[in-house]
Amino acid sequence: MIKTDALIIGAGPTGLFTAHQLKLIGLDCEIVDNLDKIGGQCIELYPDKPIYDIPAVPECTGEELTNNLINQIKPFNIKTHLGERVDEVKKDGEHWFVKTNLGKTFLTPNVIIAGGVGSFEPRKFSPKECEKYENKSIFYSVKDKTIFEGKTVSIFGGGDSALDWAVELSKSSKVNLIHRRDDFRGAQATVDKVHELAKSGKINLYTKYQLTNVHGGDNLESIEIKHDSEEVKTIKTDFILGFFGLIMQLGPIADWGLSIDKKTVTVDTEKFETNQKGIYAVGDICSYPGKLKLILSGFHEGALAARACFKLARPNEKYRFEFTTSSKTIKDRLGVKSD
Amino acid sequence: MTKIIYNTHDNKTHTIDVQNGLTVMEGAVQNDIPGIDADCGGGMACATCHVYVDENWVEKLPQKDDGEEDMLDMAFEPKKNSRLSCQIIVSDELDGLVVNIPSKQS
Repeated sequence: MIKTDALIIGAGPTGLFTAHQLKLIGLDCEIVDNLDKIGGQCIELYPDKPIYDIPAVPECTGEELTNNLINQIKPFNIKTHLGERVDEVKKDGEHWFVKTNLGKTFLTPNVIIAGGVGSFEPRKFSPKECEKYENKSIFYSVKDKTIFEGKTVSIFGGGDSALDWAVELSKSSKVNLIHRRDDFRGAQATVDKVHELAKSGKINLYTKYQLTNVHGGDNLESIEIKHDSEEVKTIKTDFILGFFGLIMQLGPIADWGLSIDKKTVTVDTEKFETNQKGIYAVGDICSYPGKLKLILSGFHEGALAARACFKLARPNEKYRFEFTTSSKTIKDRLGVKSD
Repeated sequence: MTKIIYNTHDNKTHTIDVQNGLTVMEGAVQNDIPGIDADCGGGMACATCHVYVDENWVEKLPQKDDGEEDMLDMAFEPKKNSRLSCQIIVSDELDGLVVNIPSKQS
């Protein structure tokens, strides 16, 4: 069990800056995020899109912003637990007991939810029958590509993941690539490669088709796909891969006894505390009168929540406000010289 | 104000006066029309404000740009008349626009 002064859920810009604020005032913290990388929506949804409303930064991309925040917290060596989703938050005396889907446990007086719009999960196929084969013959990511060797794999999607895997798996599997329209949105070089492989018969390309059903007994046997013109085809297949990007879902947060309004968590504007003492929500996931879903608002919310954490983590000490420009203590924490 | 007609999946029709300049998504969210999630808040980054535009209106709307078409790849059961409602800006020309909201967004 990991003991820490505060646990932050979410490694997006708000979570990162909240960590910075906690460490600056002398508290420990660790960060958990369901994605396998730091940055949250900035990295997952718009790494290349310019952002124009970060104070004092006229223009930066989601990726640049994330990298700058990572640099800003570097002096603190904050432990991050990536690729893990917090599933359970339970009261344990004066503390909160937190457990991830991988079984990691934390004990902390403060939990700060900086979860954006929830956790990112892969978008799945719509036919109900697909659930039966999930993680057996239907996958939304590839963990072990050797299982596809010599088999027929039907890949759905039109982005880089779908195209890259179609190219890769065509070396040792029979590949069907199915997409809802003629245009692909992947890198041009990969798109060209796919068309080349389709021409030489290495990839069977089905465009303007979508999955309507799957058939099989214990094992998946075939898929049914429908063309825009309503024509239906049945294709034998051993595996299905779906690459439709990620969707944000509130997920387990809904089960922690928090007051939730339209997928957001209601907080006060002094501590950004939820209806549960010691659980805070900051950034896009929190709501209060006048809430703006801006990164800058998340920074402010995190700074205030961090001060509120101090009280519960250090009940016998008094928090003293200090400026980074003049405080020797803060400069020591940052590892910079004070003169 | 422009009339926008939202048909929800439970076969209810909601006729809403939406201010010109707002998007069809904002009109739905501000009036609590169920079925439009709009997770990313109109950033064309999530495809959870997906609607099916009534056949009679498809041609009358401004064309989709590439980014919208790319996001629609990820929508739940996209069809030819699929649009992201955050990309449809309400104006006088759209008076009486009918959009059908899918059974779910993800």
